[in-house]
Amino acid sequence: MRLEPRPSSSLAASILWPAGAILATIMFSSILVMIAGASPFTVFYLVFKGAAGSQFAALETLTRATPLIFTGLAVAVAFRARLWNIGAEAQLYLGAVMTVVLGTGAVTLPSAGLIPLIMIAAMLTGALTLLGPAILKTRFGVDEVVTTLLLNFIILLFVSMLLEGPLKDPTGLGWPQSKRVIAEAQLPRLIKGKRLHYGFVLAIVSAVIVWVIMKKTVLGYEMRAVGHNAEAARFAGIPVNRVIAKTALLSGGLAALAGFSEVAGLKGNLTLDLSPGYGYTGIVVAMLAMLNPLGVIAAAIFVAGIFVGADAMSRSANVPSYIAEVMVATSLLTMVAAIMLMRYRVRWR
Amino acid sequence: MGNAERPEAETVLRLSGITKRFGPLIANDAISLSLKRGEVVALLGENGAGKTTLMNILFGHYTADEGQIEVFGTALPPGDPRAALAAGIGMVHQHFTLADQMSVLENIVLGTRALWSLNLGKSAARQKIRKLATDYGLEVDPDRMITELSVGERQRVEILKALYREARILILDEPTAVLTPMETEALFATLRKLVAAGLSVIFISHKLGEVQSVSDRVVVLRGGKLAGERRTTEATRRELAELMVGGQLPVNEIGPSSPGATIFELKGVSTRTMGGAALKQVSMQLRGGEITGLAGISGNGQAALAALIAGTLEAREGDIIVHGETARHWSPRAALDKGLGRIPEDRHATGMIGDMSVSENVISEAYRSPRFSRFGFLDWKAAADFARDIIKAYDVKCPSPEARVRLLSGGNMQKLILGRALDGNPDIILASQPTRGLDVGAVAYVHARLIEARDRGAAVLLISEDLDEIQTLSDRILVIHRGQLSKPSERGELTVMELGELMAGHGLDEGVTHAA
Repeated sequence: MRLEPRPSSSLAASILWPAGAILATIMFSSILVMIAGASPFTVFYLVFKGAAGSQFAALETLTRATPLIFTGLAVAVAFRARLWNIGAEAQLYLGAVMTVVLGTGAVTLPSAGLIPLIMIAAMLTGALTLLGPAILKTRFGVDEVVTTLLLNFIILLFVSMLLEGPLKDPTGLGWPQSKRVIAEAQLPRLIKGKRLHYGFVLAIVSAVIVWVIMKKTVLGYEMRAVGHNAEAARFAGIPVNRVIAKTALLSGGLAALAGFSEVAGLKGNLTLDLSPGYGYTGIVVAMLAMLNPLGVIAAAIFVAGIFVGADAMSRSANVPSYIAEVMVATSLLTMVAAIMLMRYRVRWR
Repeated sequence: MGNAERPEAETVLRLSGITKRFGPLIANDAISLSLKRGEVVALLGENGAGKTTLMNILFGHYTADEGQIEVFGTALPPGDPRAALAAGIGMVHQHFTLADQMSVLENIVLGTRALWSLNLGKSAARQKIRKLATDYGLEVDPDRMITELSVGERQRVEILKALYREARILILDEPTAVLTPMETEALFATLRKLVAAGLSVIFISHKLGEVQSVSDRVVVLRGGKLAGERRTTEATRRELAELMVGGQLPVNEIGPSSPGATIFELKGVSTRTMGGAALKQVSMQLRGGEITGLAGISGNGQAALAALIAGTLEAREGDIIVHGETARHWSPRAALDKGLGRIPEDRHATGMIGDMSVSENVISEAYRSPRFSRFGFLDWKAAADFARDIIKAYDVKCPSPEARVRLLSGGNMQKLILGRALDGNPDIILASQPTRGLDVGAVAYVHARLIEARDRGAAVLLISEDLDEIQTLSDRILVIHRGQLSKPSERGELTVMELGELMAGHGLDEGVTHAA
């Protein structure tokens, strides 16, 4: 078996292959659903209904998509420049830590000043978290996949220590949780009485800004050049190491915004279950979006929809909600295969 | 030479109607070819003419879509290298297929014995190798490690490997590309002995001179098709060239040079290694209005020298002096700022970013200038205009500035690189293997542009492993060997053989201390 590059991919192919990927995902999941003893049609209907069938469901999906947009953007930006940031989870948590450090009363300002201050501080924290692995990579050739991945566990333990120590809420009945952020530090809700908050708007704006950076600016050009061919970029005089460092700052900052928005917009305080792996799911989101910043919005909503819909479905159809993870994982695999088949033709001998 | 003149010589190999397609590309289009006992047939053609594909089909690496192969009168099963070996076909690839950490003997015996046989029969094998080596002039010590051998010796091992397996038909794919002129002569002597002993040889080349001195018959391929077949003695060089190119051969006129002042200088520069020899105390001067050619066998420090000047390899000691000023900090950026135009050795890996567009590639050296960017935002319209200018001025065949560079041919990619490097008329030009892998038309084009740059006063350093190219273009020639430079010689001062001596490292010692 051999892969031959296709001279160019047609528009039809770039629609049909991803559509085929979704179809394959549904078919594979159907088999599992049938094994679980339910009807695929009912289950997929329930998933869809649970994700978008009502105002409540749709808002819940968007709320869940918000942190995924941030981590998806963080990963998309980094992967574009071939900086394999697997550590969005750690950057998210440190962004959240900075949010509660500044937002629980240490600084008192009106919202218009306090929220931007916390946001920038959180971004800086995340940015510096990724800068370390990036410098280790450019200076000493240390593989950033290893450093960023392992940093996730270190940071999670560090956060656990903080929550048992300096950041522990004295009124929390002994639970490892921080104090709640003060009212001035909270992101307002988009619709009164619903969970969707201004973090979602911030996520959309971030995606547009990242898109502009990648498409129109010198920095985005440098990042893409370094990602596609670092040797040629270096030869042309592009400062490769500095570009990687800038990429790390941008990516880490974006991931930290996920932590900021979850604490300041939704949860109100920091706990150890702030993120059910949003940092890792961000990788899936970025890959599904083919690293396109605007595509990240759609991919994040798609993935969030499956999770939210599957939760609702499992309550009524008696199929475990793990099916959501299978579907997301399968869609990633089929999408990666579809992208490859869009670019290459398979030859048997 | 050989006994091809004898009409009764038996046909040992017959290819009939071989067709091979790669997607829309037809690499071989109904090619038929025969080879007689004791005959050397040269397979002549440009890069991409289909020579290597045809031989890979013969050797079973590829399967032909149509056509048959007959060896000694029996059909050869397609796609089976082992069957080809058993039928007596031996192939010496352009890139050697030797295990570096094993001895010559082990490499030759490898694959001829079952892996679980306890006794490799080394002493018998050693004797057989020694006999083959003396019979055919392939001297090499069977007990040395491959890593200790020169390129010429490695090639001898490859040939021995084929002979050891009783090959009756030997295919040599561009065998002289890596050899010095002396080694080439020795190889030809070996080939003469082989055909005298009744073997048959297919000699793949794109160099007319070699084809004429070694073959009995020439088969010319062009664009995947059989362009013609001639007895070597009956064909003129010009006729063969035109068959190969398919029309008139472009000729570049190069007038006398009028050298100006030294504008680029290396003084006692040493570097680390770059997949070849490292530079050791290299000094050289480039004068305006002159093409300085750097000849040498592959791997003798050309890569390091090119990378050093381009700014991607740091000097460990020594000075780089541009326009009389010692450069404090040297990098690709600094080189560009000092007005260097650079053509890298490897178009794909270093020259262009294949997955980016023509526009994005042509601005990669100048994107920070106010011409292409303002306040951190790129002006894509200006970039596309620049791309269109280059496409037009350099006759690049490409659909649009948005086209991905990966889709362009090597020649068109090289034209883009030329356009980018020569933009703004740089007065120092580094051209590293600028015509490698290009067809004759593109080669002539690149040469013309380099001559043009010289004539307007630029200092050109031409690094090439093609001695013909060096001799045609260079006003002065330097030879590099194991990271050291010879004394410069003027155009026509040294013969090919004398240059070859220098390339092999003879007579360099007195040149090193006061080089340049």
